[in-house]
Amino acid sequence: MNMTKLTHHIRNLVRFRILFLMMLPALAIVIFNNYIPMFGVILAFKNYNFSDGIWGSPWVGWENFKYLVQTDVAWTATRNTIAYNAVFIILNTAGAVALSIGLNEVRRSKLKKTFQSTLLFPHFLSYVAISYILYALLGQAGFINLSVFKSLGLDPVSWYSDADRWFYILPIVNTWKHIGYFAVVYLAAIVSIDTEYYEAALIDGASKWKQTLHITLPMLAPVVIVMVLLQISRIFNADFGLFYQAPLNSGSLLPATEVIDTFVYRNFLLNGNVGMSAAAGFYQATVGFVLVLVTNFIVRRFSKENALF
Amino acid sequence: MEEVVRSKTVLKQKTKRWDANAMSPVSYGVLITVLVLASLACILPLLLVVSVSFSDEGHILRDGYKLFPEAFTLDAYRFLVDDWGKISTGYSISIIITVAGTFLSLLITSLFAYPVSRPDFPYRNQFSFIVFFTMLFGGGLVPWYLLYSQAGLKDTLLALIIPHLVVPFNVIIMRIFFSNTIPHALIESAKIDGAGEFRIYARIILPLSLPVLATIGLFQMLVYWNDWFTSLIFINNEKLVNLQYLMYKVISDLNYINSGFADTQAINAVSKTLPSETVRMAMAVIGIGPIILVYPFLQKYLIKGLTVGSVKG
Repeated sequence: MNMTKLTHHIRNLVRFRILFLMMLPALAIVIFNNYIPMFGVILAFKNYNFSDGIWGSPWVGWENFKYLVQTDVAWTATRNTIAYNAVFIILNTAGAVALSIGLNEVRRSKLKKTFQSTLLFPHFLSYVAISYILYALLGQAGFINLSVFKSLGLDPVSWYSDADRWFYILPIVNTWKHIGYFAVVYLAAIVSIDTEYYEAALIDGASKWKQTLHITLPMLAPVVIVMVLLQISRIFNADFGLFYQAPLNSGSLLPATEVIDTFVYRNFLLNGNVGMSAAAGFYQATVGFVLVLVTNFIVRRFSKENALF
Repeated sequence: MEEVVRSKTVLKQKTKRWDANAMSPVSYGVLITVLVLASLACILPLLLVVSVSFSDEGHILRDGYKLFPEAFTLDAYRFLVDDWGKISTGYSISIIITVAGTFLSLLITSLFAYPVSRPDFPYRNQFSFIVFFTMLFGGGLVPWYLLYSQAGLKDTLLALIIPHLVVPFNVIIMRIFFSNTIPHALIESAKIDGAGEFRIYARIILPLSLPVLATIGLFQMLVYWNDWFTSLIFINNEKLVNLQYLMYKVISDLNYINSGFADTQAINAVSKTLPSETVRMAMAVIGIGPIILVYPFLQKYLIKGLTVGSVKG
């Protein structure tokens, strides 16, 4: 940096000093809450002890990762995280696209709005609240066991101790909570499609089905692709609430509910294993970051204005 | 002008005719049925929770949960009222966190979004990126937790407020709103009239941005009201347990009495057998209730806000 450039910056600093001052609170929060912890990823290579702190604790190289690789749970958690997220992306996208196309066909706008706000409602419930709702359905004396199964002559099921069933329950809960959100977003994109396309198609005698296939879906595709890529870039991050609260943190369900985030939480805050959980966190953060970069690269090639950066 | 109006009405007629031709009555009926079923799937589980909370424990254990209570009773709520202390603490903490957090986060977010929306501010993109980058990479739970506890934030309300203060997505929405709706010439002319930066922010920017402030305010309210995670990891002090965390504690302890939520006196006062199923559902109603009550008023803004965010300006 040469002198004229430096004086230029200093002059800007003085000229916009009030604007800098305005940004200060947010910058302070972001530095404290986000940037300092980023440097904390070095904990993955340290043998942390409380008295020496993050910076003073001794280095141990890849030791923590060796322990991590040796546990079966780390592998289960990784597999679950990716598999669940992949299923969630497919269900949310297919379901919400269909739902938004359907909603768009509802003629009375009042009815349409009622559907929209009803379907969106679960999106605003916390996972603690959802865990209660789920318990009302699945508890030992819950709706499904005593009201549905009994009248069908089926034996009650102890839902909270049979892991296998949760491979289906969790995707249902996730779809229930999020499908309305995606449908509302996609509906906004459908509404903004120029009606002239449909008028022209109608003159050409295209059926409703043909119009959907050849106008609505292609016009909706850019939004859907961006939303899907955004979700893919987060495929390594599980929704902690869904996997921790919804199964009521039941130990016997862990084979089906353990994901990287719950693994880190359990090993760190419940077992006090700082090294291994930091290693798992490091692995999650770096792989996740690479995924963000790759998906962004793909979006850029597909459509530049929809790229994240 | 007249021509434009005429062509618009023609367009309207055309769209109407196209709408009328759109679907056969049968397939329209199927569509509406599917949508009604989907909506019921979103609502009925809640109705079930409410119904059970007003039911008699004996009926519930014998006949299971019903969508309408067979024997209406307020026993479960009476039981909770006897131990009102924790619930009222929970409400107070939740309300304090929600009000303070929403206000601070609107202030801090708008104070940051305004400079980076100014076309004459030379570092706007660099500073936006500093906030934006936190969406892409994070240090994870371990260093984050250790930093907060070393800073002495454990068992403080600040540990529940700070984590959600700056949400990058909100910064982006506000920046887009500021640069799209507030003409730069307005700011320039205010400057010529001798207004300082803070005055412009408070007297021009904020009053013109009420829609986006309302939307983001609502988002933040829900974030703070629904937050249990920060409590789960930072709060041990009984006096700082917010409503969501209290709900979590009640249900996570399978044996209700052992949770320490109710003392034996309160149990004896109500009945010999503890109405645990119905009490849990009453707890859920108490926790979800406020959201159900405000939702009809908010959903319009919430839908608007969600769709604003999806369209990048």
